[in-house]
Amino acid sequence: MSKKKSTFLNMILALFVITLVAGLSLGYVNDLTKGPKAKAKLERKVNALKEVLPTFDNNPVEDMRKIASDKAKDSIEIYTAYLKDRLAGTAVIGSSEKGFSGLVKIMVGFKPNGTIKNIVVLEQKETPGLGTKMKDDKFIKQFRDKDPSTYNLKTTKDGGDVDALTGATITTRAFGEAAQMAYDVLIEHAKPQKN
Amino acid sequence: MAEKLNQKQNFLKGIIKDNPVFVMLLGMCPTLGVTSSAFNGLGMGIATLFVLLMSNIVVSLIKSQIPAKVRIPAFIIIIASFVTIVEMVLEAYIPFLFEQLGIFIPLIVVNCLILGRAEAFASKNNLISSIIDALGMGIGFTIALTLLGAAREILGSGSIFDLRFVSEDANTMILFILPPGAFIALAYLTLAFNRISTKTS
Repeated sequence: MSKKKSTFLNMILALFVITLVAGLSLGYVNDLTKGPKAKAKLERKVNALKEVLPTFDNNPVEDMRKIASDKAKDSIEIYTAYLKDRLAGTAVIGSSEKGFSGLVKIMVGFKPNGTIKNIVVLEQKETPGLGTKMKDDKFIKQFRDKDPSTYNLKTTKDGGDVDALTGATITTRAFGEAAQMAYDVLIEHAKPQKN
Repeated sequence: MAEKLNQKQNFLKGIIKDNPVFVMLLGMCPTLGVTSSAFNGLGMGIATLFVLLMSNIVVSLIKSQIPAKVRIPAFIIIIASFVTIVEMVLEAYIPFLFEQLGIFIPLIVVNCLILGRAEAFASKNNLISSIIDALGMGIGFTIALTLLGAAREILGSGSIFDLRFVSEDANTMILFILPPGAFIALAYLTLAFNRISTKTS
């Protein structure tokens, strides 16, 4: 078996051909997976919406509004859900950069009167077994049916009403901050109807 | 017959005699980083197995065309391409696993196990041997990561493959799902593995 000699031309040619083939095949796979990737992302969003909002019959993804905020890096997304043309609820994506390993992104569903219906975690990189417990029902439960105007979203350690997760106070703080951001946006841009 | 026996040895060496994790201590970054649960270990192992298999095949096929002085960059391009393909496919079809493994998927590129096999084995051996080598090494890596993940999950979360066997409120040894626990668990598993394999051989 004779190896190609390491002449200048041979080296350039070999690397050129390899990068060309690699580039072309990556482009091809990217094209192939573009559709399913977007679909998987959308599906996740729709499933999250179904979980945090009361029953609705419109397509909140189509009615999504984006609001620029200086608090979040990206614009904040607001989803409005209707049932028989009446407001059924609003879902807001709140985020915090202060998680134990950076970004924590949650979707908070509000009832028309501004109380929290449910929360799901969209993105997180917290410690498995500690911070990831914020996905558990046991933790989320304490937010349901609470009105953030009277229910302080900070941890009890910081003078709020939220029981922090054992060993994951930082995660709990980030979660509370993200929920607070979602509520602030709701108050500012989609006034809840107090009755 | 002798050929067949050799291939069997070639396959088994990756699992036992030259196990990439417990014996050669290669690919420590994903080994320590993702094994906080058995499922994560298994997912990472399979993703690595696929990349290793594909890169060994390609390297073995084009080995005579690569000038020796640029072989490392050539291998890296090949490996990085397959890793990117794995990343795109996972994101599109298994988003759950994609989320779990996160940053560790792109890091497969710098897993020294894969480059090590390309350099030490596939660039010197024929296609069939390289495939068997990749399968043996990949499966050895997967078994090791799953074992380590399982040990850490059992001790740290009181569950195995996400099935809890202790109550919600039980105090588990959280240390084991944190980074220091990875080192401790790996050390004891390596010890046990080498103890058993030296005794049996």
